[in-house]
Parts: sequence; C-alpha cells; structure tokens
Amino acid sequence: MQNAHAKLERHSIGFALAILFVASLGGLVEIAPLFTIENTIEEVEGMRPYTPLELAGRDIYVREGCYACHSQMIRTLRSDVERYGHFSLASESMYDRPFQWGSKRTGPDLARVGQKYSDAWHVAHLQDPGALVPGSVMPSYAFLSQTRLDPGYLESALRALRFAGDPYGAEQVRDAPRHAAWQADPEAEYEDELRALYGETVQLRDFDGQPDRLTEMDALVSYLQMLGTLVDFDALDPAEIAR
Amino acid sequence: MTLTIERGFALVALSLAGFLGIAILGFARDEMFALHGWMIFVAVVIGAKALLDRFEDGAPAVQKGYNDRPIKWAVVAAGFWALLGFSVGDLLAWQLAFPQLNGEAGALNFGRIRPVHTTAVVFGFGGNALIATSFYVVQRTSRARLYGELGPELVVGFFNLFVLLAVTGYPAGITQSREYAEPEWYADLVLLITWLGYFGVYLGTLARRVEAHIYVANWYYMAFIVVIAMLHVVNNLAVPLSFAYPKSYSLFTGVQDAMTQWWYGHNAVGFLLTAGFLGMLYYFLPKAAGRPIYSYRMSIVGFWGITFLYLWAGSHHLHYTALPDWVQVLGMSMSIILLVPSWASVFNGIFTLNGAWDKVRTDPAVRFMMVAVLFYGLATFEGSFLAIKPVNTLSHYTDWTVGHVHAGALGWVAFVSFGAFYKMVPWVWQREGTYSQRLEAWHFWLALAGTFLYVVSMWNSGITQSLMWQTYDAQGYFVYSFMDTVIAMHPYYVIRAIGGLLYLIGAGIGAWNIYLTIRGPAQVTRQVVAAE
Repeated sequence: MQNAHAKLERHSIGFALAILFVASLGGLVEIAPLFTIENTIEEVEGMRPYTPLELAGRDIYVREGCYACHSQMIRTLRSDVERYGHFSLASESMYDRPFQWGSKRTGPDLARVGQKYSDAWHVAHLQDPGALVPGSVMPSYAFLSQTRLDPGYLESALRALRFAGDPYGAEQVRDAPRHAAWQADPEAEYEDELRALYGETVQLRDFDGQPDRLTEMDALVSYLQMLGTLVDFDALDPAEIAR
Repeated sequence: MTLTIERGFALVALSLAGFLGIAILGFARDEMFALHGWMIFVAVVIGAKALLDRFEDGAPAVQKGYNDRPIKWAVVAAGFWALLGFSVGDLLAWQLAFPQLNGEAGALNFGRIRPVHTTAVVFGFGGNALIATSFYVVQRTSRARLYGELGPELVVGFFNLFVLLAVTGYPAGITQSREYAEPEWYADLVLLITWLGYFGVYLGTLARRVEAHIYVANWYYMAFIVVIAMLHVVNNLAVPLSFAYPKSYSLFTGVQDAMTQWWYGHNAVGFLLTAGFLGMLYYFLPKAAGRPIYSYRMSIVGFWGITFLYLWAGSHHLHYTALPDWVQVLGMSMSIILLVPSWASVFNGIFTLNGAWDKVRTDPAVRFMMVAVLFYGLATFEGSFLAIKPVNTLSHYTDWTVGHVHAGALGWVAFVSFGAFYKMVPWVWQREGTYSQRLEAWHFWLALAGTFLYVVSMWNSGITQSLMWQTYDAQGYFVYSFMDTVIAMHPYYVIRAIGGLLYLIGAGIGAWNIYLTIRGPAQVTRQVVAAE
C-alpha cells in the first residue's frame, strides 16, 4: 500500500483527481437516488405552490434568517408530535426553495403554526414578542408593519420558480403582483379568481390590521397562517405515509 | 511562458467578474445590491490595473525566492475578520441573554447578523488563515516559488471581496438562508472564480516542486480546495430572479435540498474546518516541536479515511426527519466509523510531540497546537456520539449542537491557527520571534478559559432544554411549556456570553502581539533558502 501511495504522491494532478473521486462517492450514493427513488416523496392531496403573497412572506422569513431559531420539521418523535402535531411529510416541503427545516429551536417549531393563533396575535407578537410572551428572547419585527410590500418583484420571482420546475402557469406569473394585492384585500373581491388558480386553501383577508395598506407584515402573516395547513391529515391513509 | 498562461487566466477571470459587476450596478433596483455591483467593479479595476502594470514592468517572468506578499495580506485579513467575527458572535450571545440588544431597526436583529458571525469566522478568519498557511507550506515543502506573480494576490483580494460582499449583504437582508452557504448567487460566482484561481496557483506551485514527493500537509490543503469547490458548486445551484434583485431560489426543493445542504454543511466543517487545518497542523506542529511526524502510515489512513467518510456523514443532521430512513442510518453508521481516521490524526499529532513535551511548557504556540489536537479529539468523539440516532434525540435542535460546533471551532480550528500564526508571522516578516511570549501565554489562558465556559454552559443548557422538552407527568402530559424551557436557558446564555468575551479579549491581545511583532525590528541575519 505504501509503495502505491508513494507513487501517487509524485503526481499532483493524479492526487487531486483521486481526492475528487473518493470524495464524490458519498454524495453520489446518498443524494442522487433521492431524485429517482419514487417513494422518497409520498403523494398527498392538498399540496400546492405558494400564492404570490405567501411567497413574499416566505421571502421575508428567509431574508430575516428565521431559520436560525425556528425549525419547520416535526420529527417522528413522541415529544415532537405531541407538542407540534403530525410529523412533517417530505411532500410538505416540495415547493420549498430553499427548505427551511432549520437546525436549532431557540423558539418553537413552526411547521404547523398556521391558524393556531389569530392574525392580530401574530401582528402584536411580531411587533413586541416580549409583551405577549414574557421571557421571550425574540427580536422585534415592528418595522414590517411600516414597510410597504413592493409586489413588483413577484413576477420575476414566479418566473424563476417556474424555470426551476414549480407548476405556475403563464397567467400566474404575469399577474403575480396583482394577485398578491388581491389576497390581502379586506373586501376579498377577487376571491373566486384566486381560488380558481390556487385552490380552496387560500386564505383571503387583511392580515396586518391595516386594511388600506399592503405591508410586509401582511405577507409574513399570510405565510405563517398557511404553514402546515395544506394537507388534510384526517383524510390520509396511515399506511400510505408509513415508511 | 508560464506567466503568459497566468495572464490569460487572470484576464478571463477579471473580465467575467467585471461583466458581473457592471450588469449588477447597471440593473440593480436594490440599494445594497447596486453597491455590491460597484464593489465588484472597483475590485476588478484594481486587479486589471495590477495586471496591466505587470505587462509593462521589465521584471523577469519568474522572480527569485519565496513569494510571501500574499501571505502577509491574508494574515492581516484573517486578523481583521477574526476580531469582527468574534465580536459579532459575542454580541449574538448577549442578544440571546438580553433580547433588548437587538434594537428596533431590524438590521442588527439576531437572524440577520448571525450569518455575519459565521461567515466572518469560517470564511474570513478560517479561509484567510488557510490561504495564508497553504501558500507558506506549499512553497517550503516544495522548495519552489508560488506559481504566478499576480495570481496569488488576486486570489487573496477576491476571496476577501467575497467575504465582504457576504457580511455587508446580511444586515440588508441579502441571504439564501442556507446555513454556512448564505451568500447569494453573485457572491458565489465571485468565490467560484477565485477558487479556481486558488486551485490553479496551488497546482502550479506543486508542478514546480523540487521535492519528488508531495508532503502530507499539501494533501490536506488539496482536499480542502478540491472538495470545497465541489460542495460550493452543487449546493449553490440556484435560479436568480434577474439582475434587478439579489435574490435567487434553490434549484432543488425540500428533502433533496435538505440533504444537499447538509452534505455541504457537514463537509464545510469536514474540509474547510478540519482537512484544511489538519494540513496546517501537519506542517506547523512538527516544525515548531522540531520532531518529524510520528507515523507516515497513520497519515495515509487518516487522510483517505477522512476524505472518503466525511462526505457520507451529512445526513446525521436530519435524523427522524422526512429524509428517507436508509439515508439517516447510512449517515449515522459512517459518522461512527469516521472516528477511526479522526483519532488516527489525533494520535499522530500527540505522538509527534514525543521528545519535545518540554516545549508545551515553554512555548505557548506549541501549547496552542497541542491543546488544539486534544479539542479535535474531543469534538470528533462528540460528533460521532451525537450522530447516533437515539443520542441525537437529546442533542438536536438544542444548544448542545452549538456547544459541539464551538468545541471544534474555538478549541481546535482557532487554537491551531493561533499556534501556527505565532510561528509563521515571525518567519514571514523575518523577525526574531513574536513580540512577547508572555502575551501569547495570556492569550492562551484567556482563550482556554473562554472555550471551557462556552462549551460547558452549552452542554448544560442543551441537555437541560432537551430533557424539559421530553418531561411528562404521570398522566402523560408535558410538564413544561416551551417558554419554561426558554427561560431556563438564561443563566447559561449569560455564562456563554462571558466565555465568548474572554475569548474575544484573548484574541485582541493576540492581534496586538502580532501587530507589535510585525512593527518590531527585523531579524539581524537570516539565511534565506533560495527557491529553485
């Protein structure tokens, strides 16, 4: 062995290629099959791509680095399931670019936080977490209520997602900025149009308590309120998801 | 001839970066994004000017002697990013103890500046330390001058441009929110171009070597360069929105994205924070101790074991998640086996000190490196242990993980760098020695005390919180609400922040000592070993 290695040590490019080969094996075996083995992601009813407003909220969640303290992954452990709800399915993050499973729970898991609290609670909590939850170490996000959401970028956002493979149609891409405004419209005038495009689970209302303004708070709360609500677990066949 | 090839590559690289910068500053609708376009553009202009100057000056194609200028730049940059990264890290620690410190503006919120800390220490401090020492080691062990008369300087310059783009972007909200891969696509492109240049410089220098064999330290540096390139490209595959916005979306989603990210994340630890620094250890420890490496065979086993196994271990970050079970079990198994090559390096390092143990007492730099090896042994054992699935239920999502990372980062990575710098700086700047060994010793003890406070408090907080999460009463209900477990963390967070402060003060003393060394008088006589 040492003789063979002594030979390798004389060739810098050979050595570099040997490193690349040996190091690539792990990824080839563990990652590549995830794209081809069919039962990696189970098929469930209800999963749909994000609406433009939810996506804007998710972009804010990503921008603020929320993953540093909040996970979005309920593990198959009793203490996780009883505290946060049904364990997370792979399909539930099938439209997540990037995934936000997180690695630290300085705060609680958020995978199923949707519709557990009122919009008003979320707004008040994001503005001053310590006032609602004494002892909380979460920073204030009051500035979100003052920041108008600029939905203009959402057209290019949906186009990029469509390019990456998400099932958005041409109309959804083109009208994304308008659709974002519709979803936070207090009168919900375009409810039917939006539901026709995104399904029955779309929540339409003013989220931030400021009906006259479309703010980043609207977007973030709309995202938080839909987290974990898409899949109807009562209708699921347990055998289907048992792996 | 060689210089022509190098100039050609430099020209192509600068043109690519230049186009990127101009496109961004032309189309950007986001203020910070436009500023980043300008920063790239200015860096390219400076690089292009240096390239043109080289065309004109009549210097010989290959100069004589070793090229230590890029090393000096990288040493100074490493010191700067270390102080910034440690300071922000300690601020984050205080924010967790006293959340009012987040302020109201948003830009200094925990979530936004946490990647400032991680990027500044991992890439800024760690990356520059590795570039500096690798340039030093490859020249000395090959007895050849660094390849390229401009390339190495461009590599150092553009690598630091990448770090600067990253850490100025986060407070403005420019991030991919992928742990340790937060920089957006355009910064990733800058790093990719730089990294290819780094690889070229490294291979070019090895090609010039007078020694027949490539020394062990270079194997590790090469693994670090090659594997980081592979990880960086695959994990950062993303679709940018346009040149108007800095944002992009990952090409992969959900479960595949998670596995790719932790394949990356774990091996950023494995090849940047481990392999690279083992390369450092394999040169500077024997050099400082005046003893040869204990075992050649153990070096080989350790090297290929780490290179092969580390890449399989990433899935232990995803135990009990929606990742398929077979990947979790495979990752767990490989993580446990990984202990063998890791400890081969530990024993190789410790036994190298045989016959020179007195230097641990008399020379703080050797002491730094010896303790670094011990912390490496501790952290790799802990890592294999935490990768076991049932153990992971106790540690995952808690501060134990944070403590584990810092046992490795503070105790191993930074300690071996401090030791190597205290040796390399006087050699590169041709000084008698460091300004003060007493200050080195002060640095050592403060850093050690800080690391202990940090790691022990995080062990306590992590296990406490995890047990509280899993405590049931006789009726099967949870005893503690989530908030109970947050409030219980407070004393540990304060202790951790104090530990971080001690570490920061130690690093400040270290930086001051290095500064005075550089400013101090030159060595009177020095035998310069000519290259080639």
